[in-house]
Amino acid sequence: MTETFGPLSPALILILAGLILPLVKGPLRNALFLLAPVAALALVWALPLGPGLAVDWLGLNLVLIAPDNMARIFGTAFGIAAIAGALFGVTQPSATEKAAALLYAGAAQGIAFAGDLVTLFVFWEILAIGSTLVIWSNGHARAGLRYALIHVLGGVLLFAGISAEISGSGNVALHAMRADTIGRWLMLAGILVNAGALPLSAWVADAYPKASWSGAVFLSAFTTKAAVLVLIRLFPGEPALTWIGLAMAIYGLTYALLENDIRKLLSYSIVGQVGFMVVAVGIGSPLALAAAALHALAHILYKSLLMMAAGSILRATGETRLTALGGLARSMPFTAVAMLIGGFSLAALPLTAGFVSKSAILAALAEGQAGFYWFALTAVSAGSFLYIGLRLPWFALFGPGSAKVMAGSAPSMLAAMGLLCVLLVVPGCFPGLLERLVPEIAGVPILTADHILFQLQMLVAASCIFALLLPLLRPSAGSTLDFDWLWRELPRLAAPHWRRAWALFGKPVVGIWAETRGRWASFSQRSILLLGAAGNWRTGKIAIWATALLAIYVLIAAL
Amino acid sequence: MITHHLPVLLILAPLLGAILAALSRNGFAAWLIALVASALTAAIAVALLWRVQAEGVISYRLGGWAPELGIEYRVDAVNALIVLLVGVVALVTMIFARRSVLAEIIPERVAWFYTMMLLCIAGLLGMAVTGDAFNAFVFLEISSLSTYTLIALGRDRRALVAAYQYLIVGTIGATFYVIGVGLIYLVTGTLNLGLIVERLGAIESSRALIVAEAFIVAGIGLKLALFPLHAWLPNAYAYAPSSASVLLASTATKVAVYLLARFLFTVFGGDVGPGGIPIGAILIVLSVAAMFLASAAAVFQNDVKRILAFSSVGQIGYITLGLALVNPTGLTGGLLHLFNHALMKGAAFMAIGAIVLRAGTAKLDELSGIGRVMPWTVAALTVAGLGLIGVPGTSGFVSKYYLILGALEAGHGWLAILIVASSFIAVLYVGRFVEVMWFREPAQAARESREAPLEMLLPMWVLAGATIWFGLDAEGPAALARAAANALLKVAP
Repeated sequence: MTETFGPLSPALILILAGLILPLVKGPLRNALFLLAPVAALALVWALPLGPGLAVDWLGLNLVLIAPDNMARIFGTAFGIAAIAGALFGVTQPSATEKAAALLYAGAAQGIAFAGDLVTLFVFWEILAIGSTLVIWSNGHARAGLRYALIHVLGGVLLFAGISAEISGSGNVALHAMRADTIGRWLMLAGILVNAGALPLSAWVADAYPKASWSGAVFLSAFTTKAAVLVLIRLFPGEPALTWIGLAMAIYGLTYALLENDIRKLLSYSIVGQVGFMVVAVGIGSPLALAAAALHALAHILYKSLLMMAAGSILRATGETRLTALGGLARSMPFTAVAMLIGGFSLAALPLTAGFVSKSAILAALAEGQAGFYWFALTAVSAGSFLYIGLRLPWFALFGPGSAKVMAGSAPSMLAAMGLLCVLLVVPGCFPGLLERLVPEIAGVPILTADHILFQLQMLVAASCIFALLLPLLRPSAGSTLDFDWLWRELPRLAAPHWRRAWALFGKPVVGIWAETRGRWASFSQRSILLLGAAGNWRTGKIAIWATALLAIYVLIAAL
Repeated sequence: MITHHLPVLLILAPLLGAILAALSRNGFAAWLIALVASALTAAIAVALLWRVQAEGVISYRLGGWAPELGIEYRVDAVNALIVLLVGVVALVTMIFARRSVLAEIIPERVAWFYTMMLLCIAGLLGMAVTGDAFNAFVFLEISSLSTYTLIALGRDRRALVAAYQYLIVGTIGATFYVIGVGLIYLVTGTLNLGLIVERLGAIESSRALIVAEAFIVAGIGLKLALFPLHAWLPNAYAYAPSSASVLLASTATKVAVYLLARFLFTVFGGDVGPGGIPIGAILIVLSVAAMFLASAAAVFQNDVKRILAFSSVGQIGYITLGLALVNPTGLTGGLLHLFNHALMKGAAFMAIGAIVLRAGTAKLDELSGIGRVMPWTVAALTVAGLGLIGVPGTSGFVSKYYLILGALEAGHGWLAILIVASSFIAVLYVGRFVEVMWFREPAQAARESREAPLEMLLPMWVLAGATIWFGLDAEGPAALARAAANALLKVAP
């Protein structure tokens, strides 16, 4: 049956559309931008499950399209995110961002359907390029560069790991493994960089808020979740993942509680929620893996919705800092409702999709006898209600202060948010729909009285804490200290100490060093000039080089 | 029995075409003659390759003289590949050249331009097919002299200086080569490559031979722009007429590389070197230097033609690295890169030729946003650029992949890392022109130009398409290159 579609894959459709998009103009461009994701999602479901499409390339058996149930779950999530994101951002004038967004979504689909390490790596790099372009298209060159550097690092680690794996075992197919060789550790590290794991998680909150109001929606959906999918495929049950994931969950919660900028807060929350999924992958039972996938799906939906709400606020007021916002519930009621539904879904309020997926993760932890992680994640989950269900709405939507709304939201933006609201609430009320997509979770109690009661208790407790700690949780204008301090500020702070040490011990050394450095600088400058001006060399110089080469050769021969 | 005479017809077609083109004195007629001649050449090249694959090595005795006295043309898997490359590139270049030449060459010199192009092709093909060391020198001179003229025909006055410099340097190179050949003749008493190999075994002292090798390597090194003997190349390519740049960049240095490989492997046996240091070690150092330093120099250029020229020097480093590895996989990578690089650099120089035709400049800072008005041209340039980087899906990746495998096979893991690392420099210079041409607001030059004519786009996309095609379906060229590598190393396939 795969033959019917040939090499056509959701990834191919989106990437081609992304490449063609800059060449067309006006309504045609918007139509392409909106329809390509729809076609991709349709294809996700039209591709029959099975071995897929394999080609032989340089002696490697590459499986370009490998449709299985996991690919379908993630393909659906990525597809919906692309459709909603495109609908939301269709009024965005930047063609670069639109093209990059399609490229980016296509790469995510490619990762979902990749059946071997080489194909995976190719799409992994396209993903990095697409996302960097999305950030760049909003004019933040330096943030884009920092983002690109981190992802080049991740890509290089992954590439080194894949090379080692192929040369070691000769197996290019995606298969479950343990991080037991250096190559596999490198691979795991490369994937975790993209997942936003500590200590390199700061890029998420650094880069995503630099995108435009529409670009951030795409960014929040793909990169980290694609990494979760790859973890599910390659490292299910890897013990290291449980504590890495827990650290991410706690880190995300802490910074989200402190953060002032809405989109930064949401970015930290991405890291926290991805932490949940990583813990589940670390548990590794079929239920846990299914729960991780389901949580990724739900998370993509509600985080896109929240990013859209934040984007609408940014577009309307030009502001995303909580200190400068407030009282938006009156001026932007629709956005406020969307933000509440998204937030409640994140906080796993019953009757939302987030409730189903988080219940599944916690059930998997309970089943896996991981009592400590169950307890910790339940606490973190209650804590997330604190920032997303209470603190964010309170200070942005209801609290004192009133931000000036300068422009209303376009109908397409409202439609996109409405679509996601429906997609969050309907499966929340009818978990059977999700059970059909992810059959493994059928045994998990979801809409049972005692489970709902338990969850409500947690939320009420969280509300009480919020009421008590309100002054502490009030946003402040300062910025919070993050791990990126390590590579941005530490050198600057440490420099005076080093200098004092130099003054004591190294004065003569310093002198020599300065001398050498000066000489090296002028030497390197001269060499660059010399190299760059090659062709403007004198003819005699070329002749001398040729003679020198000859002479050296003959001299060595004579010795 | 016309098929019997194929090796000599290969050279006669462009040579006679050159004479006719010179006699015609009319630009269009000369172009037509050049087109027919190069089409014939390409057809003969394909036929030769086909015959070599079917029957093995072809030996053709010019005038029926035995190799001891006369000249032997000898076509095997190695030069069949080179001949095919030159023939095909010559044909697409001629298709491309008409419009470009009309715009860049003074009308009364157009016929001479095509004459020189055909002479150059004849010389390059002669170097490739001949099995005689001195005959190779003659053809080397034919191609070099016509190349000096071609470069000097450029409109830019700096072209004269570049041509003059190349004239001096090229003559030094040719002299070195002929001195080396002379030394070999002294020792062995023959100029036929096959006979030299036979008689080398009986020689006691290898000193004269090592000096001969030194002269030949340095001489050919100048012709193929081996770092640091590359300084003539950037200006020569940058100021030559665009279509001449296409031909030179894709074929001239490649044929010189072939000649070097022929001497290093077939004649000297691949492992002779001075004082215990194998030639491979020296070549590795120079190749790595080219890969990094010449590519780094490309980053700092403003003229796109000079960017591409410096990139050529860097890419030649990969090719010579393949030779220096002296194992079948590495050599396959080197020869494959020779082939692939010729196609992508041809596409790139065609694209910049089309841009010069429309926008009148090749300076990067004046070409902002040109991609918006010439999307097809700049897309071809971008594809070629991706190939230069070695992005998976382009032919550049396949050849670098073989090079890395070859480096690992030779036990030089660090070389594999250097190959990957140097590709990042290519990301810089390709990224620079891609960013300026696609993403900047259109500058004056861009606003006033439009898409290149179809007759230029077609050959350009034949080469750019081949870059993608051979990246996805790598088996064909890889098999040819592997056969050539096996023939050079005398390994049974």
